[in-house]
Amino acid sequence: MLKINDLMVSYGGIKAVKGITFEVPEGEIVTLIGANGAGKSTTLRTIAGIVKSAGGSITFNNDELTTLTPDRIVAKGITLVPEGRRVFPDLTVLENLKVGAYLRKDNLDKDIRWVYELFPRLKERSWQPAGTLSGGEQQMVAVGRALMSRPKLMMMDEPSLGLAPKIVKDIFDIIKEINRKGVTILLIEQNANMALQTANTAYVLETGRITMKGPGLELLNDEGIRKAYLG
Amino acid sequence: MNKNNSSKITAAVLLILLFGLVIFLEQVIRPTDEWAMLLSCLRMGSVYALVAVSMNLLNGFTGLFSLGQAGFMLIGAYTYAIFSIPLDLKDSVYTFYDYSVKISFPEVLGNVFGGFGMITGVLVSIILAGIITAMAAFLIGLPVLRLRSDYLAIATLGFAEIIRAVFLWGRLGPVTNGSNPLRRFTRTSDFTMDVGNTTLTLGTTTIMIIAAACIFVIILLVNSSYGRVFKAIREDEIAAEAMGINLYKHKQLSFCISSFFTGVGGALLAIFMGTVMASNFMAAMTYEFLLIIVLGGIGSISGSVVGAMLFVFASQWWLRWLDSGIITLFGTRYILPNTIFRSGFRLVVFSVIIMCVVLFFRRGLMGDKELPYYWNKLKSRIMARKPKAGESNG
Repeated sequence: MLKINDLMVSYGGIKAVKGITFEVPEGEIVTLIGANGAGKSTTLRTIAGIVKSAGGSITFNNDELTTLTPDRIVAKGITLVPEGRRVFPDLTVLENLKVGAYLRKDNLDKDIRWVYELFPRLKERSWQPAGTLSGGEQQMVAVGRALMSRPKLMMMDEPSLGLAPKIVKDIFDIIKEINRKGVTILLIEQNANMALQTANTAYVLETGRITMKGPGLELLNDEGIRKAYLG
Repeated sequence: MNKNNSSKITAAVLLILLFGLVIFLEQVIRPTDEWAMLLSCLRMGSVYALVAVSMNLLNGFTGLFSLGQAGFMLIGAYTYAIFSIPLDLKDSVYTFYDYSVKISFPEVLGNVFGGFGMITGVLVSIILAGIITAMAAFLIGLPVLRLRSDYLAIATLGFAEIIRAVFLWGRLGPVTNGSNPLRRFTRTSDFTMDVGNTTLTLGTTTIMIIAAACIFVIILLVNSSYGRVFKAIREDEIAAEAMGINLYKHKQLSFCISSFFTGVGGALLAIFMGTVMASNFMAAMTYEFLLIIVLGGIGSISGSVVGAMLFVFASQWWLRWLDSGIITLFGTRYILPNTIFRSGFRLVVFSVIIMCVVLFFRRGLMGDKELPYYWNKLKSRIMARKPKAGESNG
C-alpha cells in the first residue's frame, strides 16, 4: 500500500533521515521504533507532506506523494495523528471532529456515531472545549478527529506520550479495533514494548537508518532490542 | 431545535424594534438638537462596529495579526466616492485635474428608477468598494500571508502606508483627485423618502442596516464550516495542515473576506463623513479598531459591536464635558474649573478607563463569548432562584 524507497530528509543541512526503505502492506499495523532523534517523527511528517523530502520516493497505491501538498495527501486517504495530540483547544470536541472531516462533503453523522462508539467518553464531553479535557481524552479526540477523514492509512506519532499506563493500554486496544475495521496503521513509538506487541511488522530506526526489521513479536524477543529499548 | 428557533425569533423581533426606534428617533430629532449627537454616534458606531467585526474575523478568528485596516478602508472610501459623485458636480470637485471616471452609479440608476434606483446605485458603489478592496487585499496577501505573527503585522502596516501614499500621488489625480478631498457624493443627508406629504430622513437607518447586514453575513460565515477551519488555523497550524486544510488558501480567503467588509466599512465612513481625504486614514485609525476588539474581546463578534459603540459614544459624546468643562445634570448647568477641565482632558480620562478595562477584564469585556451566552447565564441564574420560592410552597 505505502512504499518508501530510499527516502532522505534534511533540516537546514543536517540529514535527519538518511535513505530509508520500508513498506506498509494493506490491513496491517506497522511500527517504527527508535530512540529520540532517530528520525521517526520526521519520516511521518514527510509522508504527510508537512516536511519536504530531499530525495527518494514515497508511493501510496502507486501514486507518488513527495510532490503533493498536505491537503492532497489527506484527500488520498492518509491521515496523521500528530505528536503531542495537538487538538484545537478552544473548539469543542464535536467541532474538532468536524474539522477532521473538512475535506469530505458528505454526511458525517455515521462517522461521528462510530467515533462516539469507540470513545464513549467523548460523547459525554461533546460540547466541552477540547483544551479542558485530560491528556488521555485529548488523545481520543486526536484519534477520532483523524478517523473522521475516513482514512485508508492512519499514521500515529507517539500516541502513548505522557499518558498513564492504563490509558496507554486502552489506546492500543482501540488502535487494534480501528485496524480490524480495515484501516491500515503506521505507528511510531518510544514505548517499544507496547508497539511491538501490537504490530504485525516492526522496523528499528537508528540515527536516520533502518537497522532491523521483523515481525513485532520476534523483535520483542530479540536480545539486542531488549537491551536497547526495553531495559 | 425548538428552543433555538424561539431565540432566533426573539433576536429578530428585538432587531426590528431597534430599527423601528431608530427610524422614529431620526424623524423626531432635529439636526440642531443636543440629541443629534445620538444619531451621529449611532452612524459612526455602526461603521466602526462593522470594521471592528471584520478585523476580528481576521485577528480573532483566523489568528492573523493584521494592521492594514486604515489602508483598506481608504480604498473602500475612495472607490465609493469616485463612483458616486454626480457628473455635473465632478468639475467642481476635481478642480486641478480632468476627471477620468465618467460614471456615477447613484445618479445613473436614480435617473432611471427614482429614489429606489438611487439607493440601488449606492449599494452598487458600496459593493464595488468592497470588491476592489478585496482584490487589493488578494494582491497584498500573495507575499504577506507567508509571514507569521508580528512580521505579518509590520508588513500589513507598511502596505497601508503605501496605499495612502499612492492615493495622494499627483499622477493618479484624474482618478483620486491627488491630495485634494473628494466631496459632493451621495451622503447621509441624501437618504430621504417621500411618504405622502412628509419627507422621511433615513440616513442613520440606512447606514445601520447595511452595517448590520454585513455583520450578519460575517456571523453566518463564522458559524459555517469555513469558520471552524479559520478557528482551527488560529489554534494550531500544524494540526490544521495535518487535517488536510490548505493553510495559505484559507488565510487568503479570510484576508480577502475581511478586507471586503473593511472596504464596505470605508464606503460607509465616506457616506457618514461626506468628505474623503487620504491623509485622514492614518495608522492611528487602525489602532482605534485594535483597541475596540481588544476591549470587546478578541474572538467575540458581539464584543466588537459593543466595544465599537462604547468607544464611539464615550470618545465622541459622553466624555465631551471633560473638555468643555460644562455639564448639565438634571436640568442644572455646572461650570467646572478650567484648570483641569480643558481640551485634551477627555483623552486622559479615556485612557485611564481603557487601562482599567484591560486590568480588570483581561480577555476584554466579553472574552470570546457572545451576547446570548451571557443572556442564558443571567436567565439560568434567575431560574436557579425560582425553585427555592417553590420549595416553601410545596
